[in-house]
Amino acid sequence: MSSGPPSTSQAVRGPTSAVPAIRMVDIEKSFGAIMANRGASLEVMPGEIHALVGENGAGKSTLMRILGGLMKPDTGRVEVNGRDVTGWSTNDAIASGIGIVHQHFMLVPTLSVAENLVLGCEPKTQGVVLDYKRAADDVRKLSNETGLVIEPERLVSDLSVGEAQRVEILKVLFRGARILVLDEPTAVLSPPEVRELWAVLRRLRDKGDTIVLITHRLDEVVQLSDTITVMRAGQTVARIKTSETTPAEIARLMVGREVSLSAGKRVQPVARPSDLRPDQGLDVRNLGITGSHGVRVVDGVTFKVSPGEILGIAGVEGNGQTELIEALAGLRTVAGGEMLIDGVEITRRSVAQRHDAGLSHIPEDRHRRGLILEYTIANNLILGVQKYFSKNGIIDRARVMENALEEIASFDIRPPNPLLVARVLSGGNQQKVVVAREMGRSFSVLLASQPTRGVDVGAIEFIHQQLLDARAQGKAILLVSAELNEVLALSDRIAVMYRGKFAVVMPAAEASEEVLGEYMIGTKKGNAA
Amino acid sequence: MNPISFLTQMIRIAIPYLFAASGGVVAERAGIVSLTLEGFMLSGAFAAVLGTNYSGSPWVGVLTGILGGLIFALIHAVATIRYRADQVVVGVAINLLAIGVTRFFLKLFFASSSNSPRVAGFGGNINAAGFDNPLLWLGLLVAPVMAFVIYRTPFGLRVRAAGEHPDAAESVGVSVKRVRYAAVALSGILAGLGGVYLALDQHQFTDQMTAGRGFIAISAVIFGRWDPIRAALACLLFAAAETLQIQLQGSNAIASQFIEMIPYALTIVALAGVVGRAVPPAALGKVED
Amino acid sequence: MTASSAAVAPKTISSAPWRERAEEALIPPLVALLVALICGDLLILSYGQSPATVYRLLLEGTWGNAYGFGQVLYKATTLAFTGLAVSFGLRAGLFNIGAESQLAAGGFAAALTGLALPMGTPLILALPVCMIAAGLAGGAVGSVPAYLKTRFGAHEVIVTIMLNFIVLALLNWFIAGHLHVPETLHTPEIHAGVLPRLADIDSRFHGSAANLALIVAALVAVAVWFYLFRSRGGYDLRAVGLQPQAAEYGGISVGRVWMRALTFSGVIAGMGGINYVLGYKHYYEDGFASGAGFLGIAVALVGRNHPFGVLIAAFFFATLSQGGLAIHAFVPKQMMDVLQGVVILAVAMAVPEVRRVLRGARRRVDA
Repeated sequence: MSSGPPSTSQAVRGPTSAVPAIRMVDIEKSFGAIMANRGASLEVMPGEIHALVGENGAGKSTLMRILGGLMKPDTGRVEVNGRDVTGWSTNDAIASGIGIVHQHFMLVPTLSVAENLVLGCEPKTQGVVLDYKRAADDVRKLSNETGLVIEPERLVSDLSVGEAQRVEILKVLFRGARILVLDEPTAVLSPPEVRELWAVLRRLRDKGDTIVLITHRLDEVVQLSDTITVMRAGQTVARIKTSETTPAEIARLMVGREVSLSAGKRVQPVARPSDLRPDQGLDVRNLGITGSHGVRVVDGVTFKVSPGEILGIAGVEGNGQTELIEALAGLRTVAGGEMLIDGVEITRRSVAQRHDAGLSHIPEDRHRRGLILEYTIANNLILGVQKYFSKNGIIDRARVMENALEEIASFDIRPPNPLLVARVLSGGNQQKVVVAREMGRSFSVLLASQPTRGVDVGAIEFIHQQLLDARAQGKAILLVSAELNEVLALSDRIAVMYRGKFAVVMPAAEASEEVLGEYMIGTKKGNAA
Repeated sequence: MNPISFLTQMIRIAIPYLFAASGGVVAERAGIVSLTLEGFMLSGAFAAVLGTNYSGSPWVGVLTGILGGLIFALIHAVATIRYRADQVVVGVAINLLAIGVTRFFLKLFFASSSNSPRVAGFGGNINAAGFDNPLLWLGLLVAPVMAFVIYRTPFGLRVRAAGEHPDAAESVGVSVKRVRYAAVALSGILAGLGGVYLALDQHQFTDQMTAGRGFIAISAVIFGRWDPIRAALACLLFAAAETLQIQLQGSNAIASQFIEMIPYALTIVALAGVVGRAVPPAALGKVED
Repeated sequence: MTASSAAVAPKTISSAPWRERAEEALIPPLVALLVALICGDLLILSYGQSPATVYRLLLEGTWGNAYGFGQVLYKATTLAFTGLAVSFGLRAGLFNIGAESQLAAGGFAAALTGLALPMGTPLILALPVCMIAAGLAGGAVGSVPAYLKTRFGAHEVIVTIMLNFIVLALLNWFIAGHLHVPETLHTPEIHAGVLPRLADIDSRFHGSAANLALIVAALVAVAVWFYLFRSRGGYDLRAVGLQPQAAEYGGISVGRVWMRALTFSGVIAGMGGINYVLGYKHYYEDGFASGAGFLGIAVALVGRNHPFGVLIAAFFFATLSQGGLAIHAFVPKQMMDVLQGVVILAVAMAVPEVRRVLRGARRRVDA
């Protein structure tokens, strides 16, 4: 059943005697050049809570969208309750009792709870008129039955996140869902709301419903689920009973890399410049950031990165790292706190001013932020530093070309044609363009967010070396990466970010996957130096 | 200035706006930009005159007028929904196309570059001040009916969902495409009726006779914040200004051009949020998947 | 994603990067041309005429004789200005529908300046002064939607449409009330700034309105090209139009770019007023700009928002317009109005469709 690489896959424990509620086999799905699912599989028994875990981009959401009829697989088979339903539509799926609760709520904010709930299956009087009264009554009835209490007349835009999620769940139950798929349900919930949700899910399971929980929160997996399927890189790598495994093993399956390139490698301590002033480097004090739902996504974070040091932030994605980097880069406003570069306060400065202050940023989303896809490689290489390549307002094309050819050669960007549009490059080469640009300018602080995501093995080594060279030259580097091995290999100090706070900061020498893992899943809480 | 005559004239002026704006509200609430109301109105006007002329009955004209508006609406729908062309550009194209097509057929059928022959209309009793025209009454009813459709029918609910959060609608199995086709078609029928009223009231078609009324209608939609009743009130407001301008003509109190500007200035003010923000439907004009 | 993650299908990049972009840019207008030809055939046939005859007559009447060609050049000049204006805004991702009122305002300012200048002022002085006045007037009108967008987020499409009506009504008020020559709706003839007609240089063009404003149009096109593709401001502007989030990340001030783009769009449109006012009638006439705004959108679209494409597209639409007159005996010129609309619609529909087909095909080939 498992289709992952043999070295890390686990055999499926025991034969399955009952008919699985869900069975997906050898699913393949591509979007253009990207294969989101490569022979993925899933088997969920009825009446269980099944956790589907994996890092961002592992293919979990795609798999569930295929199940829910939002898209069709390229190849593979989907069976629900023993019936072959491959390639069915959303309406078929809903009619067969599949209900997907999306991560980004599929609720119309300007409509009421009742209106959202009955959309698509509206009760009518006299054939044309929407029966609002019956809709409200039906909602109240279901509310009481399931314990998910919410007033039908309330506008969705007025609801809190927890309440909105209740509505999402009610929405699928309203349509008779017996198999629920929840995609990262607790990502935006506060702890009491999380506990409430767990109670609801347990109740539904005990009632006989089947629940698939997509999550990367290991504490949920451990405490809530009966069975776990682990996905990585579009494939299923393991299927295990929760009771028969440990958090550490789950973490390892999720975040570890098969070919552990940098396993065991550690950076050598670097000689600090002797004329170091105390205020040099990056200084962050008590930073607070409020997210889209009014939730504190970064809460009181304080740290320093000295010149010649790499501070690595480890942590499962979604704990505030993205927002932290965006705020440091000037792309997001902060609710409180200060940021300084080399002693100069930049908290309210513009992006351009931060560049001038010595900041460079490798963004985690190169497609949206890092590159202008319709611009050539050469033009992308001067984004943010155009003024150094222009004289009297006119761009010096010769120098731009020269710069491009140099960087293409140094970073082995392929194909080596500076006039190619960035859009046609592979992901790895696109990232190299970004890295070449950001590390080619003069800077004293570098923010590197997922710098080797989607990059081929050779390029990873190269980029890592670039980071180490910069460190040797006395730059202060803040590294955020979902790749634990990368963080371990490159950092002088490592911080773990959990739910918006630094759970711990420790010297790299003291860190290991096991130690960090426990902070990452929140089972251990330490200092936040 | 007799208040009664002011009121009756205002209502007669408002009718085309009421029709078109009601249509515009539905289409825009579903997420499709409706700069095309002008074109729908013009083609409805011409088709009505064509039908009335050859059949002798204004009721046939109403049917052909509806068809005229509908045809252009379907072109708009296919171009924006199926081909995902830019909705503003298509709007400009449809308006130009309507002018061109009506001119072409004006020449072809009536051998004129400027106007058609006179045709029969509705009503005609001087003492009734236009209120013996069934289309007038229809025009007064359109806005409340549209309000009912949008807020109290399943179709209306789906329209509102399609314009605010089409993904949410798709996720529960509502075909956003189909909803939008229906909404645009409806806007074509209604704006077409506005043109029918206009042409039959004047008993002929003249080149570009809508003269920007479709844009006043879209102003009313925006000023009315995409609500049928508020848009209808905006239509009445704009019609009042226009009536004022006509009745003041020759008295030089305020130049007529400034009164002409009122609807447009008010719309800009609404967009700038000076009197409360005019926030369009969230998915208006966006093309996805 | 990890290194071994989501397999990337091996990609062979097409060897000529220009070919891809050229295809995506040029195919839609060609498709539109084809559609227009077919439509034209149908319309001509519906009049009982032979398409071949009519098309030949059209070409003879437009490019085949100097007068016709001159008229084409004259009309193309105005369309070039409005087309450049609209395409400039579109490069920044902004839709300027107000070119007509900006053009009218520019013409108005040029006429007033021409009247204010003393009789006999040499052209070398009068022309730049009038042009600057025209540009400032257009820019003033264009700055309104620019400000409302940057400050309030007001969508420029509606604001420019509304402003069209307002400005045109205002100008009408000026003319009708105060500045007109009795029995007309135009200003008195200007004292200075008269542009020589082409006919003054080459007598074959006698009778046509073509004048040296067309050289100005060409120069403006070159200037726009230079700004967009060679200057730093143009780099920033195009970046904002292509991917505002990446531009923001790169430190570009999106709001400032928007402000500049819409205002300068107005300036370009305003300068177009010199064609009619300085080069043709030598006065401002109410309604001279009619239709030039919407056609400017068509020109920008068919010209794919590139200054030189705009010039070609302007020439094409001017040919259609003049051609209508030439074939009037056989087919009503109204046919051209229909074809105009058809061309715009066809290009608008072709652009996303062509992109989808080409990129899909390329992917399948590489995969």
